[in-house]
Amino acid sequence: MGGSGSRLSKELLAEYQDLTFLTKQEIVQAHRRFSELLPRDKQNVEDSLRERVSFEDILSIPELKANPFKERICKVFSTAPSRDSLSFEDFLDLLSVFSDTATPDIKSHYAFRIFDFDDDGTLDREDLCRLVNCLTGEGEDTQLSASEMKQLIDNILEESDIDRDGTINLSEFQHVISRSPDFVSSFKIVL
Amino acid sequence: MSESSGSAPPLGGPSGHPGALQENLSVDSSCFSPAVNFLQELPSYRSIARRRTTLLSRDKQSGILLKPADSCGSHLEGEITENLNSQSIRKYALNISEKRRLRAIQETQMKYLSEWDQWKRYSSKSWKRFVEKAHEMTRHLELWREDIRSIEGKFGTGIQSYFSFLRFLVLLNLVIFMIIFMLVLLPVLLTRYKITNSTFVYIPLKDADKQCTVYPVSSSGLIYFYSYIIDLLSGTGFLEETSLFYGHYTINGIKFQNFTYDLPLAYLISTIAYLALSLLWIVKRSVEGFKVNLIRSEEHFQSYCNKIFAGWDFCISNRSMADLKHSSLRYELRADLEEERIRQKIAQRTSEETIRIYSLRLFLNCIVLAVLAVCFYAIYLATTFSQEHMKKEIDKMVFGENLLVLYLPSIVITLANFITPIVFAKIIHYEDYSPGFEIRLTILRCVFMRLATICVLVFTLGSKITSCDDTACELCGYNQKLYPCWETQVGQEMYKLMIFDFIIILAVTLFVDFPRKLLVTYCSSWKLIQCWGQQEFAIPDNVLGIVYGQTICWIGAFFSPLLPAIATVKFIIIFYVKENSLAASGNGSANDEVSCGPSLPWTLVPASLAAAPRPGTSLIMFYFIALAGAHKRVVMQLREQLSLESRDKRYLIQKLTEAQQDLRDQ
Repeated sequence: MGGSGSRLSKELLAEYQDLTFLTKQEIVQAHRRFSELLPRDKQNVEDSLRERVSFEDILSIPELKANPFKERICKVFSTAPSRDSLSFEDFLDLLSVFSDTATPDIKSHYAFRIFDFDDDGTLDREDLCRLVNCLTGEGEDTQLSASEMKQLIDNILEESDIDRDGTINLSEFQHVISRSPDFVSSFKIVL
Repeated sequence: MSESSGSAPPLGGPSGHPGALQENLSVDSSCFSPAVNFLQELPSYRSIARRRTTLLSRDKQSGILLKPADSCGSHLEGEITENLNSQSIRKYALNISEKRRLRAIQETQMKYLSEWDQWKRYSSKSWKRFVEKAHEMTRHLELWREDIRSIEGKFGTGIQSYFSFLRFLVLLNLVIFMIIFMLVLLPVLLTRYKITNSTFVYIPLKDADKQCTVYPVSSSGLIYFYSYIIDLLSGTGFLEETSLFYGHYTINGIKFQNFTYDLPLAYLISTIAYLALSLLWIVKRSVEGFKVNLIRSEEHFQSYCNKIFAGWDFCISNRSMADLKHSSLRYELRADLEEERIRQKIAQRTSEETIRIYSLRLFLNCIVLAVLAVCFYAIYLATTFSQEHMKKEIDKMVFGENLLVLYLPSIVITLANFITPIVFAKIIHYEDYSPGFEIRLTILRCVFMRLATICVLVFTLGSKITSCDDTACELCGYNQKLYPCWETQVGQEMYKLMIFDFIIILAVTLFVDFPRKLLVTYCSSWKLIQCWGQQEFAIPDNVLGIVYGQTICWIGAFFSPLLPAIATVKFIIIFYVKENSLAASGNGSANDEVSCGPSLPWTLVPASLAAAPRPGTSLIMFYFIALAGAHKRVVMQLREQLSLESRDKRYLIQKLTEAQQDLRDQ
């Protein structure tokens, strides 16, 4: 391919189309946005595929800035050893999971990982408490009272905890999500 | 449990890392909780997942497994050969580099396949690519696709559904106008401008009929400039002679070479056609949301999990939208918890408390009926007054007074529609319902109010047209002297109502919302302005507004064939005005009262089905047909759910017996 060095090759595009749920346009757009986050001298194609962007820079993009789960999202998709930066392919993975055409299974799998704040493989009361606090807002006055929180978490566990062990594991989570009509339409990010 | 591929390193990223543990868990969740890891094998889960995938994704693969988690070594190769289509690699919950490795493995596997399988795989891959490309191209043809997508990205799915409903109405009105144009206008225009070799046919009438169809068109001697404006705004004068109104279509037939085209019949058929089309299209569109809402509101099944796990709209990118969403979620959760507590309280109510509450409710409902009666009477008076004074010499009146008289019914209707929601909201506080029911009942009352006002208007006109104190109507069945062409005049009233509704929407958006926004930006130091100024995009009100506009269009379209075209233009303008006001004010909506955003507008759409060309039995009939259709789908879905549950039960019993046998054998 001729032209500037900031365009992805056709083969690479086709490969990404096979491996993710994104369309060609979306991949090109993602590459452009990702390159903008890199320092000036690293904005060509080869470097952009190798370089990693730190969390502060990724979290500054408008699509993620207002999201209460932004740190968790970045942590889940990061493949860096220290889990503090995203490469371009991590970014594509992120967009693929949040795209229109991703399967509900993929979305629920990653949603589980995002909501699992302590990364222990299950959603326990502490995780659910932090999840609800993320949803209701960040200030002190926006959180639910202790009794409301307890009532809420009791209800959630009653609806989804099938084996009554006080935690929600991946299977139970996916089972609950499969019956939730709003999940697929709200678990979307549009660049 | 084995991994999905025998020769590759563990698919879980760098080992010794919490991430690896995570990945392994998704494969071997059985290590941690043997009891429930087969939830994904349940027949109900599989068929739901299969259905969702075929609806949403570009793959039509069945048997969704993130990894072939339950495959033992012997099944491995078979599994991989089955899933050889590389489209399925996307469905693995791995990052890109791992998916690449998996694909490389699959490709080496492929070398051992026969030529036939290779070719089959290649052709299905290219076919899928072609279908994807075709889908992408047809997506581009969608009207306003980028606008609506960017609205969704910035303001969330609730507001996006309002705009997509608006787009639907634009298309619906366009199609209705096409039907009318094809069947009625086109032959007339072709003949009038001598494009085809056809002539008009005027069927000779009997004497009595002649008197009834004679229509003197008023032409005033002196023409002032503002009389054009008045004519434009009220549909009188020069507009009466155009094809805007029913009275213009005096032709009885058009003679083409081989046949005579019966125009009145065509007019009637086009009416039936567009009404049927509107009904079918709306029922089809609204059934989904209606169904979901019915189930959700009646069963409270998993409502908490749905709100918590699917509550945050990840599309939101605007800071203030996010704050609104936070507060809306907070409000909803608190309302739900409160409702649960209230329900428990109600269950514990004593009988004397119950009697007190019910008598209070009866009293308040009487007040509501009284308010409605007052409004209806006001509309009746206004319409009567307006009709009587229209007959007098309009040119003699002053400009403002002129317009006021003409628009009096519309003004009264709009005022009533504005005041009654406020009154209803105040009343319902005392009725002591649960919060969710309160909101639904208020909305129901407002919708009823809006539709009833149109009915009252039409009824008043009808009674005026057929009222006669002497033998004036014996001849034609209605008051021939005062209303020589009653269809045109009803059409005029509908036209005025539509124009006025449009002006009000524009005026409110431009002259109320915009200054509010300016006030907030520039005088933000004043606490008062801060509190009052921060307006939101109230979805229910806006949706009610456009449903109301569409109802007027349907009712008026019979009397004024060009009304759908006007409605199309009106909705297009409203789309751009609302979009820009949203962009300017940058606020979404808080307190999505009824339920989650996406399905909100659809609860109101069935109400619009109550519109019909003439109020009366057909109104009720249409509504109940639509309701029955929606309920039938719900029943079918519930039956299906029941059968899925029974299959699950059988599967679980089978597993239990197997487990018991294993236990006994050990």
